[in-house]
Amino acid sequence: MRPLTLRRLFLQCSILVLILLVVVVIAVKFGAVPVSLYALGRDLWHVLLGQRADLSSDYVLIIKNIRLPRILLGIIVGASLSVAGTSFQALLRNPLADPYVLGVSMGASLGSILALIAEPHLSISPALSSLLTPLGAFLGAGATIAAVYFLGRREGQIDSATLLLGGVIISSFLSAIIMFLMNTLSGNLRGLSFWLMGDLSTPLQKSAYWFLGIGFLLAAGAIYTTAADLNLLLSGEKEAMHLGVDVPRVRLVVYIAASLLTGLAVSVSGAIGYVGLIVPHAIRFIFGSDHRTLLPTAALGGAIALVFADTLARTIVAPTEVSVGAVTAVAGAPLFIYLLRRRLS
Amino acid sequence: MSAGSAHARHLAEAGRLANEIRLSVEQVSYAYSANPAQAPLFTLEATSFQARPGEIVAILGPNASGKSTLLHLISGALVPLSGRVLLNGFVTQSLTPRTRAQRIAVVQQESALLFPARAWEFVLQGRHSHRRSLRFESEDDVLIAKNALAQVGAADLSDRWMNQISGGEKQRVILARALAQQPLLLLLDEPTLHLDIAAQIGLLDALRRLAAENRYTVVVVTHELNLAAEYADQVVLMQRGRCLRVGPPASIYQRELLEQVFQTPLSVELGSSGRPRVTVLSGT
Repeated sequence: MRPLTLRRLFLQCSILVLILLVVVVIAVKFGAVPVSLYALGRDLWHVLLGQRADLSSDYVLIIKNIRLPRILLGIIVGASLSVAGTSFQALLRNPLADPYVLGVSMGASLGSILALIAEPHLSISPALSSLLTPLGAFLGAGATIAAVYFLGRREGQIDSATLLLGGVIISSFLSAIIMFLMNTLSGNLRGLSFWLMGDLSTPLQKSAYWFLGIGFLLAAGAIYTTAADLNLLLSGEKEAMHLGVDVPRVRLVVYIAASLLTGLAVSVSGAIGYVGLIVPHAIRFIFGSDHRTLLPTAALGGAIALVFADTLARTIVAPTEVSVGAVTAVAGAPLFIYLLRRRLS
Repeated sequence: MSAGSAHARHLAEAGRLANEIRLSVEQVSYAYSANPAQAPLFTLEATSFQARPGEIVAILGPNASGKSTLLHLISGALVPLSGRVLLNGFVTQSLTPRTRAQRIAVVQQESALLFPARAWEFVLQGRHSHRRSLRFESEDDVLIAKNALAQVGAADLSDRWMNQISGGEKQRVILARALAQQPLLLLLDEPTLHLDIAAQIGLLDALRRLAAENRYTVVVVTHELNLAAEYADQVVLMQRGRCLRVGPPASIYQRELLEQVFQTPLSVELGSSGRPRVTVLSGT
């Protein structure tokens, strides 16, 4: 017997934090304009000493204004999608659940588009109106997961195949509506196509990073309080109840928090697929499926995966960029098919 | 007051505790309907019985007689239409899931796992209701889980994967998880369904020993006439949602009654253990 200890959890997380740091350095170094590690170290030294005047213009322009914000966004979005995927997998008892596969990301996209359309017609203060897109995305995500949940239920049980099929149908239905809106509503709804594939290059205001970070910590923290319950929920709702889990409460907390995470991620980066699928599976393979380790390690793993994927997206055909959603889909879709076939056999 | 009378009172108290009623099922009924406007598809008529610590009660009957429904009502998974279930004087329905799991353990026929787990991880799940939500397992929890595995003779399975052990071994690990809950009441739904005869007897022997040692009250749902006769202290005989009779096996096992309930000719005689023995007469 080797029950989980706090020490092991810290060890696992620190390993992943180190990997994340390495990936961040790689992401800062590579790009359309390569930056040497020496220059990077020298600039970091200046920042640490507070000698901001000595910073090279490269640093200020490329690192601070372009690459670091994008990396930070990748970290938050990757962690959010990965935690949301892990939660949906436990909630729906389906290892193939992922915000993108289930159509939840598409629901969040539609929600944020509707919020963008409604924004000019509402007379609210600018501070509140910047919250409108994430709110629309959250509501869209919540409504979609509820619809998928009810479509996937047969005779009181969640049927795995029906659930995935429901997700696919809802996803294509929602993307049709998005297409319809994009074609009929001309006007500059700032690069409307960005959420079709997912993209991290749109710069945000400084306050938005705070909003995202705090939103992530609250939602992921709420899910983490149910980590031990989620372990039991995997063997079925009735069994979990007999073992002492307050199933309706856990379901509600996870449902709201995971929708919030998806909504936040989609409202700033569009529908980036498969991060919530690949990362939890890889982490389970390495560290096991106990949610008390799985949730934090999957969050770090999601951050690593998305920052890495975004670096590839920026550099693979430089100076042109590929959308990061294309990179994650190219890696994720084959894995999805592999997992599906293994499950069916 | 003399020391002698205090001692006598203590003895009387101990005697009362040993004979107290632990589980009391009082006029419990239930109706199931897919559509509330229509007549119910299935009803369970008012059923009552009582059980003491260390006692094994078998709920016996053919398919669709309401055995499992009765078990779910006792476990608190279903809300009775009328009546109530008391455990040590508390209505089980009004306990929180956590408190209920500290007192009632349920062993179901199958336990489906989504991701592979080792036997010890599975048994530690039984400690969930005794832990605070964000605490990790304590040394006590580990000790209790190890002990539970040893009690069902499955200590050597501890590090095996749940999906790589036999049906009989799995059933014992599931029982060990229930023991790790340290319950007052142990409910089992057809625990011997997928087991061969040796594994069936092994499991029920373990159950009888555990009930006696740990003073569990055990309620088993089964349609195995002879296993119920051999292992139960009390039998609750069910047919089509009605409780026909409650009592020790000797008073329940009458040929006409069982033939009528199970719709098949059979003979009842006294076995070597002093308990009734049923032979189903085939070819008629």
